[in-house]
Amino acid sequence: MKISNFRKTSLSKSGPLIALLVLMIISTILYPRFLEIQNLLNILRQVSYTGIIALGMTFVIISGGIDLSVGSMTALAGAGAILMLNMITNALVGFSPMWLGTFLSILSAFIVSLAIALSAGFLNGFLITKGRIAPFIVTLGTMAIFRSLTLYIGKAGEFRSVNSFYGEMGMSVILGIPLPVWIFFILAMILSFVLNRTRYGRYVCAVGSNEKVARYSAINVDKIRLISYVIVGFMVGITAVLISARLNSLSSTNAGKDYEMDAIAAVVIGGTAMTGGKGSIWGSVIGAIILGIINNMLNMLGISPYLQGLVKGLVIIGAVSIQRGWINNSRSEK
Amino acid sequence: MHTIIRTEGITKEFSSVRVLNDISVEICAGEVFGIIGENGAGKSTFIKVLSGLYQPTSGRIWFDDKLINMRSPADAKRIGISLIPQEFSLVSDLCVYENIFLGEELVGKHGILDIKAMVNMTRQLLTDLEVSTINPYAHIQALSVAQKQMVEIAKAIAFDSRLLIMDEPTTMLTSKEIEILFGLIERLKQRGVTIIYISHKLKEIKHICDRVMVLRDGEFICLEDTVNLTIDEMARRMVGRELKDVFPEKKNQPGDVVLSVRNLCVDKLLYDISFDLHASEILGFAGLIGAGRTELTETIMGLRRARSGTVVLNGNQLSIQNPWDAVDAGLSYLSEDRQGAGIITSFDVIKNITLASLKHYAKPFIDQQAEENKAKFYIDRFSIKTPSLQAKLEQLSGGNQQKVSLAKSIDVQPKIIIVDEPTRGIDVKAKQDIYIFIHELAASGLSVIFISSELEEIIGMCDRVLIMRAGRIVGELRSDKLSEEEIMYFATGVKGGY
Repeated sequence: MKISNFRKTSLSKSGPLIALLVLMIISTILYPRFLEIQNLLNILRQVSYTGIIALGMTFVIISGGIDLSVGSMTALAGAGAILMLNMITNALVGFSPMWLGTFLSILSAFIVSLAIALSAGFLNGFLITKGRIAPFIVTLGTMAIFRSLTLYIGKAGEFRSVNSFYGEMGMSVILGIPLPVWIFFILAMILSFVLNRTRYGRYVCAVGSNEKVARYSAINVDKIRLISYVIVGFMVGITAVLISARLNSLSSTNAGKDYEMDAIAAVVIGGTAMTGGKGSIWGSVIGAIILGIINNMLNMLGISPYLQGLVKGLVIIGAVSIQRGWINNSRSEK
Repeated sequence: MHTIIRTEGITKEFSSVRVLNDISVEICAGEVFGIIGENGAGKSTFIKVLSGLYQPTSGRIWFDDKLINMRSPADAKRIGISLIPQEFSLVSDLCVYENIFLGEELVGKHGILDIKAMVNMTRQLLTDLEVSTINPYAHIQALSVAQKQMVEIAKAIAFDSRLLIMDEPTTMLTSKEIEILFGLIERLKQRGVTIIYISHKLKEIKHICDRVMVLRDGEFICLEDTVNLTIDEMARRMVGRELKDVFPEKKNQPGDVVLSVRNLCVDKLLYDISFDLHASEILGFAGLIGAGRTELTETIMGLRRARSGTVVLNGNQLSIQNPWDAVDAGLSYLSEDRQGAGIITSFDVIKNITLASLKHYAKPFIDQQAEENKAKFYIDRFSIKTPSLQAKLEQLSGGNQQKVSLAKSIDVQPKIIIVDEPTRGIDVKAKQDIYIFIHELAASGLSVIFISSELEEIIGMCDRVLIMRAGRIVGELRSDKLSEEEIMYFATGVKGGY
């Protein structure tokens, strides 16, 4: 009895990892070049943009919330970044030394992106906690608001960067690994530590597990919730810079489209319960990579891009139903 | 008069804890049959067995001299037994007639609801009950509490109920509404309906019931004609039991005043609450369920807003807005609702114990070794039985969960600890352990506010007892004057005014 329980729990924890390995084996069989370093790095780079957002989304979902606005927020923050970049770049034309000018303009773009996304996250959190409005509703609303603002500012067109170094930064590779992948993994390490080894991380789980117990244990439930939306805002601010730098431009209509779905899917596939209370940052990293591999395989195998959504949808539903099955089994055994 | 329902040896156990033992009783058609007993005496369990909500562990029930076997409330309803629960089961968004016919809708040809027939029947029912002022189309949420109760009763008798069970029907009613209810009971009685009436209010029992059965600790105590029993005698039989040696000897020497509460008011819940708490004192709060004891502690702990009043701790007036203000001031609270507000069942033992005191372990990163050491300390001190430190709380028994909850409340290093029903639903051994810990805490200089509905433990544990009723403190008893009867007199309104 005890042993089978133990197996169940370790299985549900390592489930996403097992799924990833199985998927990699299948991919290698179907398409041997899958395992080439360049292909793997490509997949990692592709998933790191929404993966970074998924790290923040993990906190939101563990605390019992949801954030649908991250995609529009990425567009809005990215738009702000490019506008600021262009303004500073133009103002600093002829500035010497040139590297300092470039550095200052990129830094200012970064700061603006973070400022926009942090404020947007704060706004979400504030409306949810102080306004007592359901997270789904608030972020559904702000999703529309952020996108609309971006379209208005960009006149539904493209924001083009005038600074080619910005694009180079987005494409840069350090020690053989693309910059976004570095940032993705460093942030994952930091946030995993925050979740497991700080008061904030413990409180997020407590609030998501049982809000009333948390409140009676003198935890400031509203503050914990609000901070989770600010964290996801921070992640969006970083992704916005990385994605706009990658293309050295940003489409006001398409930027960040479906990011909320990919981020939420990564978190869910990674084993974090939608009902809140528990979850894992590395699970979300694996979830993001699983989604990336599936996309990659469908491309490699020449399957219609229109069918990719179908496969992604099946994987999300399948992943959750398997996890649900584990939970139900372990319950019925008691 | 013939017997409508007869029980023989009804026994009910929950995970091998016996809450109802061998109840055999005959109830006559057309009588109002009262059941009284302390909280936990088994009254609610008994009527849940009679109304099909629980299946008895053993024992048999005859209805109209036929042996019956009810598997659900629907079975009970079919043979004519209806329960009006303490908390109403009406759907507040639906209107009166929809509620009365919920699940039993009248359907005309082509499967379309026959609204007209249902409304007419509802109107007829309400007229019969002499409450025709209630509109069948009115939404439940627009009705007063008394009107809702009338609708509940109408719903119960709509389908020819012959036995109507009322669980504490008057707790939320005003005295005028109670009169209306009693009038209705008289009329139902004349129509031959049998009523089982449960109440804590002994005056009402005396007034309305023909016979009264007393239960205590799940045992049948006596069954008497109400005319032969005074209210004092009822109270005495409800509590009459000897104190066993489960309580530690009282040798605390209460010191100076630590906490002074003055004129605390919360709208519609608490009226003008004032009391003092001394160092090393165990101060009991007795009263019936709903008397306002939990609401009082929640207000002191910053979980509810007070309208007025002051709380002074060691000479400093506190301004507690939030639970964390209260903890910072040196207060701690063990909630009565263990799984709802005390512990997180999906967290392990360590994380539960340090949940409220985590800042002592995080500087800024959590020192897991220190957490583990502290958990070991409490497991040892409170003899908590757990498979491991990492075991989830859902794997622990109720008594051990409660000990973890107590450890959590103490780990914030409070000056004052408020324990609310600290032994509810746990076995005798764990109870005794908890009594000893609380005593040790008081001996070490802490002040304890001890809230309990079990008079036995209030008397066994407390240096002084305040009795609350309907949001007010109605009596104070010192240790030497404590008796269960005396407390019951205040709690049920025989003494103490209001």
